[in-house]
Amino acid sequence: MEVGGALNATMTGPSGAPVLVFVHGFGCGQQMWRLVAPAFAQDFRVILLDLPGSAGSDPSTYDAERHSTLEGYADDILQVLRELAVDDVTFVGHSVASMMGVLAHLKEPSLVTRLVLVSPSARYVDDGDYRGGFSQADVDDLLAMMERNQLGWQGALSGMVAGESHVAARAELDDSFCRTRPDVALHFATVTFTGDNRADLPRVAAPTLILQVRDDLIAPISAGEYVHEQIAGSRLQIIETRGHAPHLTDPDAVVSAMRDFMPVGAA
Amino acid sequence: MSRTPASEVDTFESAPCGYVVVDQRGVIARANAEFLRLLGSDADEVVGVRTFSSLVSPGGQVLLETHVRPILDHAGVVRELALELVRSDGGRVPVLMNARLVDGPARTVLVVLVETRDRHRYEDYLLAAKAAAERAGQESAVMAETLQQTLIPPRPPVVPHLEIGAAYRPAGSGHEVGGDFYDVFQVAPDAWEVVLGDVSGKGINAAVVTSFVRHTVRSEAIAHPDPADLLHALDVAMREHGTEHHCTLAVVRLDRGASGWTLALSLAGHPPALVRRPDGQVVELGVPGTPAGLVTDPAFCTVHHQLGDDLVTLFTDGVTEARAPTGELFGDDRLVELLAGGAGDPHVTAAQVVAEALSWQAENASDDIAVVSFAAASG
Repeated sequence: MEVGGALNATMTGPSGAPVLVFVHGFGCGQQMWRLVAPAFAQDFRVILLDLPGSAGSDPSTYDAERHSTLEGYADDILQVLRELAVDDVTFVGHSVASMMGVLAHLKEPSLVTRLVLVSPSARYVDDGDYRGGFSQADVDDLLAMMERNQLGWQGALSGMVAGESHVAARAELDDSFCRTRPDVALHFATVTFTGDNRADLPRVAAPTLILQVRDDLIAPISAGEYVHEQIAGSRLQIIETRGHAPHLTDPDAVVSAMRDFMPVGAA
Repeated sequence: MSRTPASEVDTFESAPCGYVVVDQRGVIARANAEFLRLLGSDADEVVGVRTFSSLVSPGGQVLLETHVRPILDHAGVVRELALELVRSDGGRVPVLMNARLVDGPARTVLVVLVETRDRHRYEDYLLAAKAAAERAGQESAVMAETLQQTLIPPRPPVVPHLEIGAAYRPAGSGHEVGGDFYDVFQVAPDAWEVVLGDVSGKGINAAVVTSFVRHTVRSEAIAHPDPADLLHALDVAMREHGTEHHCTLAVVRLDRGASGWTLALSLAGHPPALVRRPDGQVVELGVPGTPAGLVTDPAFCTVHHQLGDDLVTLFTDGVTEARAPTGELFGDDRLVELLAGGAGDPHVTAAQVVAEALSWQAENASDDIAVVSFAAASG
């Protein structure tokens, strides 16, 4: 099976139009982009996908070893782009996927040529003068909380792990779009919240737009400003909303900032 | 005693659970008595002042942002989320939360919380038990692997003038000790013993018997140069041991003389050895006999053979009884064909037979597979 199919990837839009790939972060799947992606459907080719182990991706796509770093995720996304035979791609990554975008660009600078980093953070845990917003105790608390919240849904999802049709198993869960295999969710959270991509930022050579929410508990302004300072020539735009997902809370502002930043579409 | 009529009860204020209304900024707009009791706070410290998110632990705040909020937007309701409220004195209260987004432009969210201290303790116990079970599983896998290595030599010893190839693959995931084993050891300056066997059953009890069989064969081999005699000695020892497991074996004694290797073979209820002649013809060698440790009147018979340029292959039924996903057996004929078509190299042959038997059952071995092949070293 091609990686793209297994990751529930779709590409829509006029042939030859510039390409946008939207990648969701920790928690939920491609549905997170439902208020933003359609705004580009007329004049861009829009690629949506679910990360390995998340939402509608095939459970077999997740490999505990490959996905113990963000590099493994970046490799999978690049593989999808190669299968779709696209080039000159604008990578729109939310939260932890913003760092996947950075890594994908560094690996294949001619394939991923622009970055839109939505609520990015290069490191969630404070370190010396660096303010990621979390202490190690906070991260431990999160992992303990996630483990506790697995109790209820382990049974419902065990069939997926065993290889039963994951579509059928997921149908039982009305909010399946936000479900991740419990073991994967815990591992993904660990990889996300213990990662450190600060050293990667100065090497970014792509035009970069950073969308920072004014009031975000998970990626505070100090985190967005750090990314902005470290990526030469990047543009930082503050979205006047609250929460970690401006594409849900203020999609119009996200669309308009992206429109300003990107080349004109096909229409 | 006067009671308030049911219709006049303030169901929000008196609800037997923490109950709050959260406005579109995330700020607590209303909170009932039970919620304030859980928090240990007064209404004026909370209502209109604090966001709901700021009242839960940091991990809970991440879950609210990354999971609850998107699910509310999408499905309108979230059920049974375990969180911890942080009290004004810094203490924590484990709760289960349900939340519902109320229709309308104001994006109001209703939240109810039930304290779960006792369940929390029980869950802690369950989580600890789960972690312990996972550790035990890992330890037992490591133990199985270690034990297996004591039953199967990592590679056969180097025997002068003889090439010996061996391959082994335990059934399933490898987390259990299998019952197949093989051994190669010296019994005299110019004599060696090659043994391949299959103990009935699996797991630790079978492994104990495997170890017993292997050591009995080793210790009795010098006193019993004839393989059939050796099997009789083993059979007696096994029945005295009182095990419920029995064992099938092929025992080969190889003596090197002026005219090369001479082979004496006895079988205990085991598939015959397959002898591949230099012209590619494959013949069976051995008289089946009875499994060791099974019957009161065992019968073992030794046959002799001049090795010459032949390739001899011993195998367990994990090869011939391998079943394809369609149900079809690998079978004797397929094995004979494989040997006939092979190049006659013992190392290649052993590895190839195991690989073919595995691929026949789609890499999912239902039984252990052990193969030992040997031939006189050229030159």
